[in-house]
Amino acid sequence: MSSEVVQLTRRGFGKTMRPDAWWVQPLVVFIVLAAFLVYATWAAFQNKYYAFGNYLSPFYSPLLFSDSPHAWIHGGRPSWIPWFLPFSPALLILPFPAGFRLTCYYYRGAYYKSFWADPLNCTVGEPRHGYRGERSWPLLIQNIHRYFLYIAVIFLVILSTDAYKAMWFFDRNTGRQNFGVGLGTVILVVNVVLLGGYTLGCHSLRHLVGGYIDQLSRAPVRKKTYDCVSCLNRGHMRWAWLSLVWVALSDLFIRLCAMGIWHDVRLF
Amino acid sequence: MAATESLARNVVESGRRAAERSDTSAGTQERSATFRVWRGTGSSGQFRDYQTKVSEGMVVLDAIHRIQAEDATDLAVRWNCKAGKCGSCSAEINGMPRLMCMTRLSELDLDKAVTVEPMRAFPVVKDLVTDVSSNFRAKKRIRKFTPRPPDAPDGTWRMAQSDADRVQEFRKCIECFLCQDVCHVLRDHHLHEQFVGPRLLVHAAQLEMHPLDILDRTNELKESHGIGYCNITKCCTKVCPEHITITDNAIIPLKERVVDQHYDPLGKLVRLLRGRRSAGTPPEEAQ
Repeated sequence: MSSEVVQLTRRGFGKTMRPDAWWVQPLVVFIVLAAFLVYATWAAFQNKYYAFGNYLSPFYSPLLFSDSPHAWIHGGRPSWIPWFLPFSPALLILPFPAGFRLTCYYYRGAYYKSFWADPLNCTVGEPRHGYRGERSWPLLIQNIHRYFLYIAVIFLVILSTDAYKAMWFFDRNTGRQNFGVGLGTVILVVNVVLLGGYTLGCHSLRHLVGGYIDQLSRAPVRKKTYDCVSCLNRGHMRWAWLSLVWVALSDLFIRLCAMGIWHDVRLF
Repeated sequence: MAATESLARNVVESGRRAAERSDTSAGTQERSATFRVWRGTGSSGQFRDYQTKVSEGMVVLDAIHRIQAEDATDLAVRWNCKAGKCGSCSAEINGMPRLMCMTRLSELDLDKAVTVEPMRAFPVVKDLVTDVSSNFRAKKRIRKFTPRPPDAPDGTWRMAQSDADRVQEFRKCIECFLCQDVCHVLRDHHLHEQFVGPRLLVHAAQLEMHPLDILDRTNELKESHGIGYCNITKCCTKVCPEHITITDNAIIPLKERVVDQHYDPLGKLVRLLRGRRSAGTPPEEAQ
């Protein structure tokens, strides 16, 4: 092709020919993610009102060091944590699920748009001229997503145990644990289901269980597993948002109950 | 020169015929609509408004053909099948990359001017026609299909349908290059030499995941094909007229294969101990 053929000049930041409300989606993503970030950080620093009876907030599970009966190791702040650092059991564990979501393929696309305008939305002009993508630091770190996945699966098992424990209520009259279901039980079970749908539909998991194999038919069990993960993966965005909002609501519910503002409803 | 004029006449005539066809098949309810069409060559050009009659059942390409037949006989537009299968009539309609032949006017707000412009990721030849040859050059950089030795003495292969199904999705691609156009890495940053783009990553996935192919293209994907430039905006998936799940089924699985080889020391160690290749080899063959 002749050399006089040149590309049209790029559009400026926020410029587009799209007549639709293209800005709504990145704005909603920004608001929800920012709200979650603010709430989760606030809740993590509170170091109180995270348990109510047999319910434990997912923000504080596993509860490594605490005086609470839910704690794995009883006692308060461990001595090896420097005195000048703020302490809360949530701060020890939250970096892992946070890292899992931060490096998640879905969230990456979403927050690159909403928080970094890279681009704001499809065919909308960008603010920066330079672009390095995920080829170099710091975004090269996104490639460790599968390591966060391994930890997220362990967390899922722990949260399932919490949901199971939420079905056993202490009876003061008999001094025994009785099976029952309260509103908190339902909330914690739904939390596990949603987190399970999100974690088990992960793109990295899809690859690891069989995606790397070109002749999956030769490994029937892997094929079945791959199909299951693929099925969940198709709704990954939905699972991601639902689980994000629900985990915050679960903490809020338990917090309000522990503060005495709200009361748990025992269904049976 | 005479040949060029004859070709131009033919184009105008075929446009007029197409417009007439849509007239007769679309019924009688006509209305006027404004189309803001990019006119120009190279980087110099401007939008020009054309008012034309449109009727029920028409697509944008019909309207462009009518404009070409009645108002702007020198309007350049590339088209061929009018059925969404040749991928020729790619353009940006109201700011989004779409096939003109598959965009019904009933989907658009005709009370406002409908903008039609060439794909901005590629150099403009004239009006709505762009030079998409960079895609074909990039395609040559991807190593070709290389099957394993035949499975049977008659020189044929055996493969399970379910394994073939996985790459079949990628074969639906009609090479309209709308995904390339919407990709901000190419569109805004013009990194055509460093990043092959979604279409070519789909092509690479089709070869890389093929049950018979034995080549490992992971290193090229990371280095010369620049898969790391993709930041998963999923715009390519959004505009694909063949509804290929480009990001989830092609690009991310390829990114994961790159992670296998370059960013996962633990996995590499496990594979080393189990004696398995990083990508593609089924467990049975690793023994």
